[in-house]
Amino acid sequence: MANFTRRKFLQVTGGAVAVSSLGFPAIVGAASKKVVVVGGGVGGATAAKYIRMADSSIDVTLIEPNTEYYTCFMSNEVLSGHRTMDSIKVTYDGLKGHGVNVVHDTVTDIDAAGKKVMTAGGKTFAYDRCIVAPGISFASNIEGYDEAAMKTMPHAWKAGEQTVILRKQLEAMDDGGVVAIAAPPNPFRCPPGPYERACQIAMYLRAKKPKSKLIILDAKDKFSKQGLFMQAFERHHAGIIEWVSAEKGGKVTRVDAATNTLYVGDTAHKVAVANVIPAQTAGAIAIKAGLTDDKGWCPIDGRSFESTIHKNVHVIGDASVATPLPKSGYAANSEGKVAAAAVVDLLNGREPGDPALVNTCYSVVGPDDAISVAKVYDLKDGKLNGVEGSGGLTSKDSSPEMRAREVDYAYSWFANIKKDSWG
Amino acid sequence: MGCNKKALVALIGSVFMAGTTQVLAGSSASMMANTCAGCHGTNGQSAGPASPNLAGMSESYFNDSMKAFKEGTRPATIMDRIAKGYSDEQIETMAGFFAGQPVYKAMVPHDAAKAKAGAETYDKSCAKCHDEGGSLPGDDAGILAGQWLPWLQYSMADFKAGNREMPKKMAKQVEKLSDAEIDAVLNYFASQK
Repeated sequence: MANFTRRKFLQVTGGAVAVSSLGFPAIVGAASKKVVVVGGGVGGATAAKYIRMADSSIDVTLIEPNTEYYTCFMSNEVLSGHRTMDSIKVTYDGLKGHGVNVVHDTVTDIDAAGKKVMTAGGKTFAYDRCIVAPGISFASNIEGYDEAAMKTMPHAWKAGEQTVILRKQLEAMDDGGVVAIAAPPNPFRCPPGPYERACQIAMYLRAKKPKSKLIILDAKDKFSKQGLFMQAFERHHAGIIEWVSAEKGGKVTRVDAATNTLYVGDTAHKVAVANVIPAQTAGAIAIKAGLTDDKGWCPIDGRSFESTIHKNVHVIGDASVATPLPKSGYAANSEGKVAAAAVVDLLNGREPGDPALVNTCYSVVGPDDAISVAKVYDLKDGKLNGVEGSGGLTSKDSSPEMRAREVDYAYSWFANIKKDSWG
Repeated sequence: MGCNKKALVALIGSVFMAGTTQVLAGSSASMMANTCAGCHGTNGQSAGPASPNLAGMSESYFNDSMKAFKEGTRPATIMDRIAKGYSDEQIETMAGFFAGQPVYKAMVPHDAAKAKAGAETYDKSCAKCHDEGGSLPGDDAGILAGQWLPWLQYSMADFKAGNREMPKKMAKQVEKLSDAEIDAVLNYFASQK
């Protein structure tokens, strides 16, 4: 390199066309490398930021319809009245500060062969690498649960307007009413979410409407952090929360939005407030772009999160098949960083390094009581792998003092993941 | 084009070699350290309200902490479970990353009057080991300046309850202090900018 003269440098860059035809990636002095990120949730935002932090020569465009985004995490505390919608709102100013080109538009298709992304606004964005973070869409496992029904029987499984609808219904409900949560079948976004939600709503009911009940009608026979949640139901919410497994008649098959009734086969549950969380698949754009498998989720290579269906397209977050990682916000943040590092490596002619991931997930289950689950992940024999001996759940026997600390750490998790992803 | 293809490929190869850091087995330091950011902030600069800053922490303090979490000799809510996912070598790699970051002092909510009173206690009882307001990473005592107050309080509660071992010199000093003095000095550390 010592004798790398300016003339030789010019010869090299002059040969860029020949180099490209040999299959080399772009080289020093060549046109800037372009990345398009589809979706500005936790995964997409994190990937965009971390690419810019690692290599500011890469041109990153993030396309997201909303100018303001509401985080799903901590939205259950809005339902209980513990926090405001404003406290779960993030903007894209932080990403702009990192030099990310933020475009508010809806991606309508991805041309993987032509390496370009098309939007509803009629624009086309060319890319060298595309990162798709589309979140989830809803499957039709419950008869009668259509777009119109969502307005009166909200899912509130994408935070924002839906969260507000559910909160207002809880506020308007008479004391003595029944709230139903229809919990979805696996796999779905935020596995402990429905049960944390039950705890949060129960705290509101106990304080404001103590004669009311909450029933969880579950499409499953077991669920995430079950032992700890059952302990919380008993410890904090006895007489309010009742969990009904699929086996015991919990699997909702049909709803009637006009009468706010949920049906398990022929058994009707007419309730005051119905929170219906349907089965899920990858976000709509992933399906449209042909990134999904026959189960509706996006298979990826665990090293780079590159789609195993379409080259140069990476899929992260809830939409990807990143088993054994759960579909959680922390996992999406972690996956965003792995994809970012891989994309930076690939665009600089390097093989992506070994990935490292973590999931950490808190649930606030009662006053001064939070529980958590964590795990460390790596790549083993080419597959994502939970590191043996790592992670696990809060102990059922942990002291009230430690449970109260977990609440503080849950809020630290929230403040930091927001800033780490969008800030 | 008058360009010898073989020579060009060789030259490109050398350009890439020069631009590539040595490849070590396993995940890179930033790859592993970035997984901490969801709770401890980007590059270890915590947004609070309780998770401690890791930025600028000395390697030995980070290593000792993680190994103690792993072995269960330091009280934890979740760090014991997470630390078990890493080998000692991986912990040392992450330690190098955070030690390489500038010390970060957060804007921590604190009681100004207590912080003022705590300054005296600090001078008398703590300054010998926790130099410069607790902001020197070289003293192997952890960075206390600009740390989040709940974390400082939890740490002291664990020390005082006998759940976490204090160095002998520290135990001798802590024994002499009243609860009010300890509360004040923790506010002092939190107030450091």
